[in-house]
Amino acid sequence: MSASSTTAIAGSETNYLNCERGIWSWLTTVDHKRIALMYLYTLTLFFFVGGIAALAVRTELAFPGGQIMSADTYNRWFTAHGVIMIFLFIVPGIPAVMGNFLLPLMIGAYDVAFPKLNLLSLYVYWLGAAMALVSLGIHPVDTGWTFYGPYSIKTGSAVVWMTGAAFVLGFSSILTGLNFIVTIHKLRCPGMTWWRLPVFVWALYATSAIQVLATPVVGMTLMLLIFERAFGVGVFNPALGGDPVLFEHFFWFYSHPVVYIMVLPAFGVIGEIIPVFSRKPLFGYRAVVVSSMGIALVGFVVWAHHMLVSGISDFSAQFFSIVTFLVAIPTAVKVFNWVSTMYKGSITFSTPMLYAMAFVFLFMIAGTTGIYLATLAVDVFYHDTYFVVAHFHYTIQGGAVIGLIAALHYWFPKMFGKMYNDLIARAAWFLIILGFNLTFLPQFVLGMQGMPRRYYDYLPQFADLHLASTIGAYINAFGYSLALLNLFWAMAVSKKKAPSNPYDALGLEWRTQSPPIKDNFETIPTVDDTPYAYGTPVASH
Amino acid sequence: MSHGEHAHTLDDPQGPPHIHHMDPPTAYHAAKFGMWLFLATELLLFGVMFAAFAVFRWKYFHEFHEASSHLNWKLGALNTAVLLISSYYAAIAVDHAQHGRNKQVLKSLLITIGCAVGFLIIKTIEYSEKYHHGYFIGGENFHEFKTFLPLYFCMTGIHALHVIIGMGLLGWVATLAAKNRFSSRYYTPVEVGALYWHLVDLIWIYLFPLLYLVG
Ligand SMILES: [Cu+2]
Repeated sequence: MSASSTTAIAGSETNYLNCERGIWSWLTTVDHKRIALMYLYTLTLFFFVGGIAALAVRTELAFPGGQIMSADTYNRWFTAHGVIMIFLFIVPGIPAVMGNFLLPLMIGAYDVAFPKLNLLSLYVYWLGAAMALVSLGIHPVDTGWTFYGPYSIKTGSAVVWMTGAAFVLGFSSILTGLNFIVTIHKLRCPGMTWWRLPVFVWALYATSAIQVLATPVVGMTLMLLIFERAFGVGVFNPALGGDPVLFEHFFWFYSHPVVYIMVLPAFGVIGEIIPVFSRKPLFGYRAVVVSSMGIALVGFVVWAHHMLVSGISDFSAQFFSIVTFLVAIPTAVKVFNWVSTMYKGSITFSTPMLYAMAFVFLFMIAGTTGIYLATLAVDVFYHDTYFVVAHFHYTIQGGAVIGLIAALHYWFPKMFGKMYNDLIARAAWFLIILGFNLTFLPQFVLGMQGMPRRYYDYLPQFADLHLASTIGAYINAFGYSLALLNLFWAMAVSKKKAPSNPYDALGLEWRTQSPPIKDNFETIPTVDDTPYAYGTPVASH
Repeated sequence: MSHGEHAHTLDDPQGPPHIHHMDPPTAYHAAKFGMWLFLATELLLFGVMFAAFAVFRWKYFHEFHEASSHLNWKLGALNTAVLLISSYYAAIAVDHAQHGRNKQVLKSLLITIGCAVGFLIIKTIEYSEKYHHGYFIGGENFHEFKTFLPLYFCMTGIHALHVIIGMGLLGWVATLAAKNRFSSRYYTPVEVGALYWHLVDLIWIYLFPLLYLVG
């Protein structure tokens, strides 16, 4: 490496991608950026597999009556869709890909605190993924992704392999979260005080806390379910004196906070993108940070809103309903802060900004419909309908997935040192947002009209909206394919080089070359302001 | 590279290992902090079973009361003593390591591991006693006290698994001590390993009264 100043070396040929070559240099790397890319490739693969499962389900539901599969096969497809999308794709999602890539860059560190542990968590993830594939290969699970008993105890499908996979994947998630927390505590560069941390780092911090504190609970619960099937322990089996509702409590103690594992990092991404393309400081930085922590905290005491119709007591139902309403407060704080940041800003409608704006819009629908579901009397009706399916997908696809795609577009020049075709990226954005709304807006209506979720067949009066939803799903899938192919093309084929800081952004990750050198920075940088001082004299950094 | 030059590893075999992205004090604190976080996850892992135990004890109070009188509290108490001794020697090992007394570190850790072996032997005796009365997993009396015995075997079984993992961890630390690796400048593995061992001990401290005595 040539001797140089502390600033990025323009035109330097050595970077983390080409400093070592060969598959072995990737499989044995402890570089957080390379690990992030290996997560990216694996997750993209599973996003497509889960997407194919979604299309299979939507194709079956395009018209009333059986179309392409039996009712039994249908159960396996929607379970595969749920399990793959949740455990293999969106839970690792933004933290494993963008978090791994960006965290050390954003806080001015050479790497995460435990680089070898980081690689181990990738291998543990791969092991879990392999176990899930074994389950799909030998006897696909038909329980739904929630593995509710007593059916999950007696079904003939490969539940042990699948829950074992979820356990192993949870272990990977814990290791990543633990690594990030220690990294954020111990490896911030000089001047990077807690109140100067980028909001994405704060979001990762809140997410990691949930990963560390909630995942062991579901891990042990799934382990007990495995013991249930292997040894007949009976803890969740009413026939042996056990309690299936206890399983639901344990399961949702993790699986509600897990939606914040999915979506909090997306909040962080949006908080990074909006100030840059509004050329204004992030409005209410501390409120945004505190609301992330607030969501993480409140998220631990709302789990039984998934069980309002499972036969819990009136008192618990009322308690969990009220605390669920509370989640709306920190979430709304975020939305108001993003919108206030844009107010009177000089906005550039770049592709990442378009995704960020779509995110705010979609997440508002997600949040508002969540209020309906937290309302006791209304939930009795909505709970087992498509209304829940639509609400969930607005939060997780409209929130977490759009957040991930936004992040990929925003940091793509940094990750690969290339620029993507902006026109195709915008076209893909349009198709994704159009297809997404066409898929799930009708499902709100279907739910309100009483269409039960997870059903293989439906009454003729639901046919039109189901068909619209299926058409939307295909447009949506086409949009994602286009967006990802566009990025893949830019990465693998395009020669269009990206500058180190294409957006004049202030974050530390933009102070190093694109793609960064193996150690991120020549020397550890120092920081003397927040990363959002746009439109102020400091912005001329 | 400016940060890559910490020329201490070669002439200082007892100093901290060279890590290119952290200075040694940061590495020490990071390792300790990481282990504390991991211990928190372990507590939550066991927390599920403690919560289940609480629920079922409330639901099946008489069965649970009856069942705990079938456990051999003397063996349980003996095992508690064995684990407490093991934890004491793990703590002693840290003190020796901080003073660079590698031989004593090795000796203390071997005593700790020996105690762990003793614990597992006593546990096996208890399990086989249960087996002969049909109380073991799959036995005809496995559900005689509703969910008590299943929970007993899950909790003590997973605890025993942690004992085995802890033995592996401390065994690895012992090999480092045998190579004279520790000094007042570097004793992180001993401290982190002992932390883990204390947790294994601590969980048993809760399991013993809960399963054997409170009933
Ligand atoms: Cu929830």
